[in-house]
Amino acid sequence: MSYQWNWAVFTQPSAVGDGGTYGDWMVAGLKMTVSVSLSAWIIALVVGCLMGVLRTVPSKGLQRLATGYVELLRNIPLLVQLFIWYFIIPELLPTRWGDAIKQLAPETQQFGAAVICLGLFTSARVCEQVRAGIQSLPIGQTRAALALGLSLPQAYRFVLLPMAFRLVVPPLTSEFLNIFKNSAVCSTIGLLELAAQGRQLVDYTAQPYESFIAVTLMYLLINVIVMALMHLLERKVKVPGYMGS
Amino acid sequence: MAYEFDWSSIPNSLPFLAEGMLVSLEITLTALVVGMVWGTVLAVMRLSSVAPLRWFAAGYVNLFRAVPLVMVLLWFFLVIPQLLTTFFNLRPGTDVRMASALVGFALFESAYYAEIIRAGIQSVPKGQLAAATALGLSHFQAMRLVVLPQALRNMVPLLLTQAIVLFQDTSLVYVSALADFFGAAYKVGDRDGRLVELLLFAGAVYFVLCFALSRLVQVLQKPRVQH
Repeated sequence: MSYQWNWAVFTQPSAVGDGGTYGDWMVAGLKMTVSVSLSAWIIALVVGCLMGVLRTVPSKGLQRLATGYVELLRNIPLLVQLFIWYFIIPELLPTRWGDAIKQLAPETQQFGAAVICLGLFTSARVCEQVRAGIQSLPIGQTRAALALGLSLPQAYRFVLLPMAFRLVVPPLTSEFLNIFKNSAVCSTIGLLELAAQGRQLVDYTAQPYESFIAVTLMYLLINVIVMALMHLLERKVKVPGYMGS
Repeated sequence: MAYEFDWSSIPNSLPFLAEGMLVSLEITLTALVVGMVWGTVLAVMRLSSVAPLRWFAAGYVNLFRAVPLVMVLLWFFLVIPQLLTTFFNLRPGTDVRMASALVGFALFESAYYAEIIRAGIQSVPKGQLAAATALGLSHFQAMRLVVLPQALRNMVPLLLTQAIVLFQDTSLVYVSALADFFGAAYKVGDRDGRLVELLLFAGAVYFVLCFALSRLVQVLQKPRVQH
């Protein structure tokens, strides 16, 4: 193999004449990956916690609703869900709304679909962790709270959730890592995140190895930083007396 | 609702979709078998007392688990064709996307299986290995005859759950335009201008298959009578 290595490619001005270098493309991709993932993570946490609570409340109807939600999102591939959000939902909405969506800039449509899709996809996994956290608490806690005269929402608010949230931080770390990795799937709808910028760079420069190595290293970097931050958080919220938490 | 459904392009394209499903299943099965064998080797290496083996396995597993599958697939679609043409004198035009996908998925999944299998091995009480060694079995024999059979039993549910995830992930060969089930559905939908129906159909098929399998896993997870 006679491959011409050229690491200087990242300092070359890009061929499209946008005034930036190919290195700037990588940085833009990194920023997009981080902003999509963090926005989606907010949705995942809010919806996931809500559904996780619903799965444990003493109401068959609400439990079924939450279980159905989780099963639906867990048994359809992420790629299919993404295409459904991006291509199909605008078609199925009432015409006025669909047209309004289609008039947005393509970047906004891609970003919106990516955030909603990743957020809800991850929320199903967060839900299962939150449910497991709540169910790992002794049943006596709920009963004691109710016996003291707290209403059920109050029991969740003051007794169950403060404890459950601290217990689910370690398992949520891997979901948080996954959301960054899964964001690479969004390159398929044209969102210019890290993986997409890497491929685009290959098309323009024919330097695939440099580009892919740079992208891979950036994902590793994200991984290391997230793990370090979550480790700090885990130490802060650790419940004294619990093993491994 | 403004959209008018027209499902008529699905019945005619069923054979094409079935071919796509075969590709999906082929990738899943290959990655499953290779992943379990190579994953077991990696897990045993990771628990071995030889430091370089341990480092290699840990490095392999951590690297693959830190990088998105899409990126791993892109790597293999880049590297494998070049390797194959270099070593087997293939003509540059030969379609090696399937081979690349198979290798990529198998090596990627091995990292995940290695972690499941390692946890399974560690769930076997230490006394088992000690007793096997005391009976005169070599380390290799003790692993093969005593520890691994018990470990494998413990981790059947997790291995199956990972297989469901793997089956869903095969849809990502879309990045190489290989026509797996999802790719086939997309192509038909694109051709007939019926993307909405075809994507919903694909989603429904994935859901039915994966949901049924996950129910099976739940049945297996029910605690069995212990002797």
